[in-house]
Amino acid sequence: MNGLKQHYAKIIVWAILLTIPYWFTYIGGYLGLANEIVIYALAAMALNFLLGFTGVLSFGHAAFFGLGAYGTALTIKFLVPSTLVGLAVGVLTATVAGMVIGALIIKRRGVYFAMATIAFGQLFFFIANRWNSVTGGDDGVGNWHRMPINLGFTTIPLFHNSLVYYYFTLLLFALAVGAMGLLLDGPFGRSLMAIRENERRARFLGINIELHVWISFVISTAICGLAGGMLALLDNFVNPRDLRFDLSGVLVVMAVMGGMRSFWGPLLGAAIFQWLREVLSSHTPNWQTYIGIVFVLVVLFFRRGILGFKLSTVKS
Amino acid sequence: MAQLLLFDISNGLITGAFYALMALGLSMILNLSGVINFAHGGFLTLGAYFAYVLQQKIGFFGALLIAPMITALLGLLVERVLIRPLYGRDPLYSLLLTFGLAFILVDGVRIIWGPGSPPYQVPEWLTSPLSSTYFFLTGYRVFMVVLVVTAVAALFYVLNYTKLGLRIRAGTKDLETLSTLGVNTRILRNLNFGLGIYLAGLAGALAAGFLGLSPALGTALLMPSFVAIIIGGLGSLLGTLLGGLLIGVAVGLTTVFYPAASEAVIYVMLGLVLVLRPRGLLGEEGRLH
Repeated sequence: MNGLKQHYAKIIVWAILLTIPYWFTYIGGYLGLANEIVIYALAAMALNFLLGFTGVLSFGHAAFFGLGAYGTALTIKFLVPSTLVGLAVGVLTATVAGMVIGALIIKRRGVYFAMATIAFGQLFFFIANRWNSVTGGDDGVGNWHRMPINLGFTTIPLFHNSLVYYYFTLLLFALAVGAMGLLLDGPFGRSLMAIRENERRARFLGINIELHVWISFVISTAICGLAGGMLALLDNFVNPRDLRFDLSGVLVVMAVMGGMRSFWGPLLGAAIFQWLREVLSSHTPNWQTYIGIVFVLVVLFFRRGILGFKLSTVKS
Repeated sequence: MAQLLLFDISNGLITGAFYALMALGLSMILNLSGVINFAHGGFLTLGAYFAYVLQQKIGFFGALLIAPMITALLGLLVERVLIRPLYGRDPLYSLLLTFGLAFILVDGVRIIWGPGSPPYQVPEWLTSPLSSTYFFLTGYRVFMVVLVVTAVAALFYVLNYTKLGLRIRAGTKDLETLSTLGVNTRILRNLNFGLGIYLAGLAGALAAGFLGLSPALGTALLMPSFVAIIIGGLGSLLGTLLGGLLIGVAVGLTTVFYPAASEAVIYVMLGLVLVLRPRGLLGEEGRLH
């Protein structure tokens, strides 16, 4: 990684993210869209922690995103009407699920790992869709909303002020992304990249492969859960589509489109994808076909992503 | 009660047979080409709608014969144009591509034939019950079971006793060596893909008369098929077959006792197998890593 280049990238990204609410409308966007981009970008970056930096393909991350969303929504609706407690429960739910599923499938590699994640990914969709009394089934969980945060001396008006909520998500985004960046720059991250480049060699160097991949998987699912909780809070609503397999594929395509070997790639991918979906779905009822075509085009022509660097493709 | 139980078990077995047909094709493509074909469900749906269109022109049985073949031809074309350039790349890319393809196929079916479920005609003499006690035992159910058994037997015959099958099995073990021995592995992978899609098309044409036509028909069958492959054991087609049937019966049985969990039970089985027997029921040891 080029240090100086990274430095400039960081400044540009943060300048855009911090100011976007004030100019996004001039280029046809709106605040809600910007907020969605930040949230999906966090999920895609969390996925990419695993995909791009550990070299492990999960095609079931929607499950953890959705668990975060449902955990947050159900907690606020039924247990504790607090935004922060809700988010914490959402993240915890996703993390625990990630720990258990990770432990079950960690010994598999490559296509087989991917297939196991696909298989498990749908479990929570079925639960959310079928367990009507708690999850509301296909109708989702509504009739609740994010709560203002009371700091004692003042109250943060999260609910009535969307701009404040945007900066709240941006703060969480910064914390999560900062944590991932620190991890990747440290010895743990170097070990992950060693595993990505050559698993056998890493094993001979004494790296505990299973443990490292498992921890990476759990971190990735936890942050994905956080993103899910943030989306639930943005919409004041969740439904089973937040954890269906489509979303798993969408997160992967965001990472690949932006460039999965670059730290900020998934952010760019998420921005392009969300914007594209917004435009397509407002112009044609057949937007799913176009999304499918985007997938195919990305694979055929943008294999290394827009920010992809000249890294040789890893052979299967 | 006994009747109801038998009814649900037979339902489960038939659904399991569809899972198995689908999973066998998926498994063949995965074993030889390392491609997780997410579009498999889309091809199944296409097979069902092809059969629906054809049966108005050439009748039920003609459609059942021709529709899977057309689906398979389309599969050959897709493999040649879209998937072949991705061999040797990270499996991520073929998975993403077929994922996009699944979107296109399912949405395409919706655009062409509409989101509803058009009537799929099964001949009347096939749908009437064979016995008044066991009301569910219609000719069509027996017919489906016989046809699936025949198809699976034919598949295993091809794989075990023909040159093509020998090459497919050899390629699964070591494609490179097979290639140096003079076998055209490009054509082999192409044919293997087509064969897998043929099974999906056949499953679609049959399932349309049992589960009803809808654009989401294939997607609903796809996820359990992935589970069937893992439960049966990666690399083992016999395991895949067994996995599909087992899942079907498990779903059928759960429907009797606790309908709300009929889908989740699949994943309980998956979890159990992964804990107790990580390589799957009949999986080969080496396939794990």
